[in-house]
Amino acid sequence: MKHCMTIVFLAMFFTAQGQVYITRTGSVSFFSKTPLEDIKAENNQVYAAVDLSQKTIAFSLLLKSFLFRKALMQEHFNENYVESDKYPRSTFKGTFTGEIVPGKSNTVQIKGVLLLHGIEKNITTTATITLNDGSLTGQSALQLIPEDFNISIPGIVRDKIEKQIAVQISIDCKPAG
Amino acid sequence: MGPSRSVVKAAVTKLPESPPEKNPGVHLYRILRIKCIICALSCWLLNYSYAQDDLLHMLEDSMNAQTKTAYVRGTFKGTHIINLHSVETPARGVLQFMIMHRFGKINDGAYQLFGLDNATMRMGFDYGITDHLTVGTGRSTFEKTYDGYLKARILQQTLSERIPVSVTALVRIAYTSLHYSDKPYMNATYRTNYATQLLIARKIDRNLSLQLSPTWLHYNLVPAIADKNDVFLLGLGGRMKITRRASVNLEYNYLPDDQVRSFRAYHSLSTGFDIETGGHVFQVHVTNSQGMVEPVFLARTRGSWGKGDIYFGFNISRHFNVGKKK
Repeated sequence: MKHCMTIVFLAMFFTAQGQVYITRTGSVSFFSKTPLEDIKAENNQVYAAVDLSQKTIAFSLLLKSFLFRKALMQEHFNENYVESDKYPRSTFKGTFTGEIVPGKSNTVQIKGVLLLHGIEKNITTTATITLNDGSLTGQSALQLIPEDFNISIPGIVRDKIEKQIAVQISIDCKPAG
Repeated sequence: MGPSRSVVKAAVTKLPESPPEKNPGVHLYRILRIKCIICALSCWLLNYSYAQDDLLHMLEDSMNAQTKTAYVRGTFKGTHIINLHSVETPARGVLQFMIMHRFGKINDGAYQLFGLDNATMRMGFDYGITDHLTVGTGRSTFEKTYDGYLKARILQQTLSERIPVSVTALVRIAYTSLHYSDKPYMNATYRTNYATQLLIARKIDRNLSLQLSPTWLHYNLVPAIADKNDVFLLGLGGRMKITRRASVNLEYNYLPDDQVRSFRAYHSLSTGFDIETGGHVFQVHVTNSQGMVEPVFLARTRGSWGKGDIYFGFNISRHFNVGKKK
């Protein structure tokens, strides 16, 4: 019996923290391409964590860390669109399905909740996860519609911003702890 | 999954082995043990269902610990409140082209279409050498004045109360090139005036920003001996956002008495709207000042709101990215 208990506690210990990979320098970028204006922004201070045993995944980023080529665009993004003073963060939490085989690129299905501009939305997407001696890399892409997150785009600039914004995510994580 | 299932099984199968009445100590031990197992199992299940949140909380905690000083942004929409400079400066590598335009006085009457037939304007370029230092130049049609300035951010308000205000310093030099046939003595020195300002602003909340601007003007030449060459003023300005892209602005420059004596100089008072449209900031306003550089509008305002000497005008700025950004 004592052995069983030990196994339970050990199992709990390992499942809870055994295979968590984390990064503080993940990258999330988005772009919108229209004949009038190309908009591109990148955030290289994205926090991400992947728990391989629980198959859960989490992201957190500060919206003001998105860098634009034009300073004014960056200001408008923060002030008028995502209102980063009111909603400083965007987060994602979810689970993935699919086996992670070390040493090769694995395609997984990701399902979770994205929080942006105070609005939570269910998201499903695919990602590739590669596990290579002590480091986990992952890539994914999303298409987001600003209006889904209550981000209104005024008529005067509507033609300058794509209806769907392409978002690219790339992380390179190390084991936590 | 494996270990937990086997534990449940073990707990169930081992239960009938030792009857409780034989040894109360063993009984107690077993109850404790079962409780422990149930507790551990529920913990594990809870742990599983909250794992996503835990992972996110772990990230958020780590993020909170690492977050650096955050500065307050967007105290004002533009580099000018109306006539007064605001604490804002263009970012590094940004060239701002700005047209400031004032029509004639509204009390000119219907024949002049309430001032719309006349106009003075200032055309200027401002360039952000760094995010904290701007160099600017401009030319006003009013008295054919050329001007140049340096504007430097000294302090920037932080989200925490560590730095409660943003402070920007401005030094401007203005040169009047208008030819006066009756004043042959007007040399370059006499034509030059200076303004030095400290712009102190606080973004009170996301909509309201206020600015205090102590100012020192120096005129190399004044109209009469009674007039002071050095004039000190206090500028007050503010903006209140009414939508995400528009705000109401108000600006008042208090000119203490006994500095300008040879003519009646009024306090410069202006009010208007800021409207932001993509790469432009469009400002429309009414003011009793005709000039648009500090030595002219601050202590040489001859228009009176009471008499209807009100100029309708606008500022338009357009940003161009000329510097290379990494």
